[in-house]
Amino acid sequence: MDKAYASVEEAIKDIFDGAVIAFAGFFSAGRPIQLTKALAKTGVKGLTIVAQQVGTGNEEILELVVNGQVKKVISNYPFPRSATKGLEHPFEQAVRQGSIQVEVYPMGTFVEKLRCAGAGLSAFYTPTGVGTVVAEGKEVRIFNGVENVMETALPVDFAFVHAWKGDREGNLVYHCTARNYNNVMAMAGKVTVAEVETLVDAGGLDPDFIHTPGIFVKRLVEVGRPKLEKASV
Amino acid sequence: MNDLKKVVIPEMPPLEREMIALRIANMLGDGSYVNLGIGIPTLVSNWIEGRDIILQAEIGMLKSGPLAEEGQEEQDLINASCQYICAMPGSSYFDSETSFAMIRGGRMDVAVLGALQVSAKGDLAGWNNPSRGLGKVGNIGGSMDLAVGARKVIVAMEHFTPGGEPKIMSECSYPLTAKACVDVIVTNYAVIDVTPRGLVLKEAIPGVTAEDIQKMTAAPLIVAPDFKEMEL
Repeated sequence: MDKAYASVEEAIKDIFDGAVIAFAGFFSAGRPIQLTKALAKTGVKGLTIVAQQVGTGNEEILELVVNGQVKKVISNYPFPRSATKGLEHPFEQAVRQGSIQVEVYPMGTFVEKLRCAGAGLSAFYTPTGVGTVVAEGKEVRIFNGVENVMETALPVDFAFVHAWKGDREGNLVYHCTARNYNNVMAMAGKVTVAEVETLVDAGGLDPDFIHTPGIFVKRLVEVGRPKLEKASV
Repeated sequence: MNDLKKVVIPEMPPLEREMIALRIANMLGDGSYVNLGIGIPTLVSNWIEGRDIILQAEIGMLKSGPLAEEGQEEQDLINASCQYICAMPGSSYFDSETSFAMIRGGRMDVAVLGALQVSAKGDLAGWNNPSRGLGKVGNIGGSMDLAVGARKVIVAMEHFTPGGEPKIMSECSYPLTAKACVDVIVTNYAVIDVTPRGLVLKEAIPGVTAEDIQKMTAAPLIVAPDFKEMEL
């Protein structure tokens, strides 16, 4: 099987208005920068963004916001850490004006919602968030004497991931802490598109050291190594 | 209890943030797995070099090492505070789902977390300051999972808000991170245990009495029989 595409533009050309898209990565580590920049150029609108952060340390998602392509954000840490910086931040301003809706979840719940979507599960129970605003309006059940809140799976139409190496079959290997959300988002995507720093032929990766098996990846594009940037909160 | 803004704070200078971190580092047992939150908790890492304590970074790393030196930064190697760090012999990387399996699954011996408020029952409010005006949304990150999942939660914070209001109170007025999760509070003035009987004052900084700490705290304190001056 050869899932490699010649360009990021070609790999994302069927993305439609209103799509739910997961973007992997955590600040400088493991973000699909080239795919996201290409998405900004397509002009698709009404997108739901599923990501760790929006704009702080993630300028390419901010571009989608500034372009007016985003309808909703699902995240766990979407705003600038500093309240003062937040007031000047285009994403936070859009939220305050009501032009972008936001859903926030605890980080572990955010991850598990994606994992369930990728693993064929509709919902799960977690003790995290019980007794907080996160649990408002949700079913709470007691297991082994502990209160748990029910959370549902978060399937996504497309997942954008970034890998250190990939082979043409779609097998992926990540580097250091750049692994973060990449595997779980690759599993959750109906269509997962991977940008890889180095693309190799089948046989070029050791099967004992694959992080995401190729079955979860529909398309991949070689993009090279991103330039080092300053991490900031 | 509500007039605490008027309380006269003792003239004794409070601890610097680094010293709060040092007091907490001295509480950590060898052989523990520890997660440090953003802010004062991150400073704890400066005091445990050479000790048998393994730091977990929720981004997906065990045995997260010291900050990378200028020029040695690796963009793919960061901690949850988004600082470039080093790997150590015995470090491991993993995905987010494994990271939160560790956290919720009870594998973290200690989480050190910052806080906006802590209640007499150990409720923690740390993710949403209502003055920011964002309503029911904000930055949660890993805080709720750590507060619920860690076997022991130590709060590292200043005793007062920047506006001079007490942060330890009978009930939290800010949105909660988790209920009844805090075990120990370490501030720039005191060490306070959360127990089923209530808050127990264990230590105060030199020159500050138990009575002073009570006046600075918006919840009743029980003075421990072995109450003592804080040592660093």
